[in-house]
Amino acid sequence: MRVVRGLGFTVKALLGLGMAAICWAAFLWARPAQNFVGESSRIVFFHVPMAWVSTLAFFIAAWHSAVYLRKRRIENDDAAAGAARLGFVFCVLATVTGSIFARVMWNSYWNWDPRETSIVLLLLVYGAYLGLRGALEDPERRATLSAAYALVAVVTVPFLTFAVPRMYQSLHPDTVLNVRGRVEMSADIRTVFFSSMVAFMILFFWMWNLDRRVSRIVRERAAA
Amino acid sequence: MSAPRKAAGVLPAAIAVFRRELLAEWRTRVAVNSLFLFAFAVLVLVAYAVGPTRLSPEDRPTVNAVLLWIVLFFSAMTGLSRTFVHEEDAGTAAALRLSAPPSGVLLGKLLANMALLGAVTAFIVPLFVVLMGFEIRDPPLFVLLLLLGTFGLASASTFTAALVSKASAKGALFAVLAIPLLLPPLVGAVLATRVAATEADFSAGIDFARLLVAYDGVVTTAAFMLFDAVWRE
Repeated sequence: MRVVRGLGFTVKALLGLGMAAICWAAFLWARPAQNFVGESSRIVFFHVPMAWVSTLAFFIAAWHSAVYLRKRRIENDDAAAGAARLGFVFCVLATVTGSIFARVMWNSYWNWDPRETSIVLLLLVYGAYLGLRGALEDPERRATLSAAYALVAVVTVPFLTFAVPRMYQSLHPDTVLNVRGRVEMSADIRTVFFSSMVAFMILFFWMWNLDRRVSRIVRERAAA
Repeated sequence: MSAPRKAAGVLPAAIAVFRRELLAEWRTRVAVNSLFLFAFAVLVLVAYAVGPTRLSPEDRPTVNAVLLWIVLFFSAMTGLSRTFVHEEDAGTAAALRLSAPPSGVLLGKLLANMALLGAVTAFIVPLFVVLMGFEIRDPPLFVLLLLLGTFGLASASTFTAALVSKASAKGALFAVLAIPLLLPPLVGAVLATRVAATEADFSAGIDFARLLVAYDGVVTTAAFMLFDAVWRE
């Protein structure tokens, strides 16, 4: 137990220092990328990890929903709900940062680029999922029905995120996993970018863990 | 002995549920009335305010395609939740749970909703085309899109109705839950309808038709896989 606690403290301390270092490097060390207006490319260090975490959180929520429907353990419902709550926050942040970038780069906050459309869909799915949870009182019924909804939603998301954008021209800069199968970034940008991805993921898992522990305490107190 | 007999009974059960839905609907006509009247009222409003002459020729395909799908989508939202909501309200859900396998129930209700929405579509689309002066260059593609689109609408909303029937604030929640599921096919259907209105070449819109077929298949399959858990809850 002491070892685990010590390890947890180390990870958190490293995360804090790492995040500070990434913020410094993102603004002062990495050079701005070519073909972007002014310094606008620096948003990639924050915007892309947020978007990635919000997508990842959605798939985690769907995974735990599926496990809940098989095993009927309420902990899986806590995990799915926590991932969805955090995913929603990261999704809002990704939308806002993306919109600011769009204003700088294309002179318009919003122009229904396929990527913008798909993130709005993700926001709507999160909103609907959390709205459904709010409308159901009984914990088991809430867990079952919201799990079913999350799983139906997860199969429709690829249509707007993958199928429709491929049928249109997008203004959005190439995704990291692009059709050429190469990471096309200069070395300094790449270093900061992938560090930031890792840091945001650790941040997410830490917050997720806290959320699950809070859910468990709330449930045990309600039962007592 | 009972398990295989139940599995074999999905189709007969679905047909029985389908007939029961239509009969119950025929007696009250609540869903039919709300769907038809809503669709007709919106159409009158749109035709009065926009009509065939207010739009410039280049805007016409886009605006008409959007308006048509808005009418169909919100008509679906007004009536299709009734199929499961009235079971819970009338307290008949338990009896249905005992007498038919879950897939049979879902299939029967899905068919009933498709018949309902199909009837509304068949009623409203010709009126829309006439009142709005909506020229369709490629009628076969247009009909195919209407079939695929209403199938997707019916299938996602039937499943959503099953979820919503157990929750509080059913009416508001139904649209909230259905919109994210229906946004991809609706975006596809609107874009494809514009193509059908502007281009006579059937192959121009075939990608969208493929997208809709894939969507309908995926959502219907997921609904059947998950319905068991929802229905027993």
